[in-house]
Amino acid sequence: MIRIEHLVKSFGPLEVLKDISTEVDSGEVVAIIGPSGSGKSTLLRCINLLEVPTAGHIFVGGIDITSPKCDILKVRQNVGMVFQHFNLFPHKTVMGNLTYAPMKVRGLSKADASKIAMDLLNKVGLAEKADQYPSRLSGGQKQRVAIARALAMEPDVMLFDEPTSALDPEMVKEVLDVMKALVRTGITMAIVTHEMGFAREVANRVLFLDGGYLVEDAPPDVFFSAPKSDRAQQFLEKVL
Amino acid sequence: MNLDFDQIIPSLPFILNGILVTLRFTLLSALFGFTLGTLLSLLKISNIKPLKWFAEFYTSIFRGTPLILQLALVYFATPQLIGYKISPIEAGVFTFSLNSAAYSSETIRAGIMAVDKGQREASMSLGVPYRPMMLDIILPQAFKNILPALVNETIALLKDSALVSTIGVLDLMRRAQVVAGQTFLYFEPLLVVGVIYYVMVMGLTQAANVLERRMRRSD
Repeated sequence: MIRIEHLVKSFGPLEVLKDISTEVDSGEVVAIIGPSGSGKSTLLRCINLLEVPTAGHIFVGGIDITSPKCDILKVRQNVGMVFQHFNLFPHKTVMGNLTYAPMKVRGLSKADASKIAMDLLNKVGLAEKADQYPSRLSGGQKQRVAIARALAMEPDVMLFDEPTSALDPEMVKEVLDVMKALVRTGITMAIVTHEMGFAREVANRVLFLDGGYLVEDAPPDVFFSAPKSDRAQQFLEKVL
Repeated sequence: MNLDFDQIIPSLPFILNGILVTLRFTLLSALFGFTLGTLLSLLKISNIKPLKWFAEFYTSIFRGTPLILQLALVYFATPQLIGYKISPIEAGVFTFSLNSAAYSSETIRAGIMAVDKGQREASMSLGVPYRPMMLDIILPQAFKNILPALVNETIALLKDSALVSTIGVLDLMRRAQVVAGQTFLYFEPLLVVGVIYYVMVMGLTQAANVLERRMRRSD
């Protein structure tokens, strides 16, 4: 589903990602972890070209998104993203947030878009908030709406950029529960997270980044019980 | 002090008709000015250097010279330059729009920059193209933030519109002068239009407050 080949990303003189190559199969759930500044978010943001790679190739569904001929808007429709700070549209209601892109980008009728939106709001348990503005929601509710908004485009891939990092502790679980339910639908997911327990539970694979290098790429059982690199060992000692 | 309002009462309808002229002039200039200002602000934040330079140069010209000079240039020089006999009201709206665009483009640019960049990223991640992203997501939030500044700009336009009396537009100001010329009374007609300007500005302020409350609905 996603193939990354020799990806390099620099911000000016600062090289943030150094020759990263990996693959994510269809239906796989990959957790990307590592210390802050290791390039996790940048890696994720390269997959829908919110950051433009400096070198290397990224294929999403067989399409080379780094090729200048690629229609990036098309690719993005197929790759949903959930942000740390939700980024809901504050001037639109919850319903408006969910139906905007399906109507504008996919050309769905208002009725069709609303039906999909209502379905998703039911799934994330927020149907009764459909007519509220985001400012009236709690952090956890906002993030669940943000997940539903991304899903409303019916993407094949979902990217999560630290989805629980900006939440109060008691709201983390409700968001993780929605994500767990999503895992069961078989959608391909890449999750940058600090929730080690969650990563261990739901991920098929863990990517450990440090200093811009992909240091480890292993199943969670292997990674969490017997990390190969010293750097991963040190990291896990601190966070577990 | 011997004020004599009785003498200008017959001229009152003539003066009051100027309200429409001034109001229409202001609204047209604001409409064209803010539209052009929005386009200029988009050029200013674009990555294409020549467009950016053009917008900045444009702003520097209109901010760097007196409005009354621009007005005189457009009105008196257009016939000489291209042979078109421009009417005073056309020259006025044209100049005021161009001038207001220069000022408001800076305000709108700041408004756009102040919208959280996450909004842009969220739109992009949903595959929303540039135009709808700007029109539906970014600009509505930007305008909400800068509404007080744009109201200020509109008030400035309303009051500066008195300058068009210098090129013969029969606006409020000009009408006061005409009446003064007919009656040899200066204080009374000028005082009357002064009060009218003040009431109009207050009305505009009130309208803006209502609009602002409506826009804050989502907070």
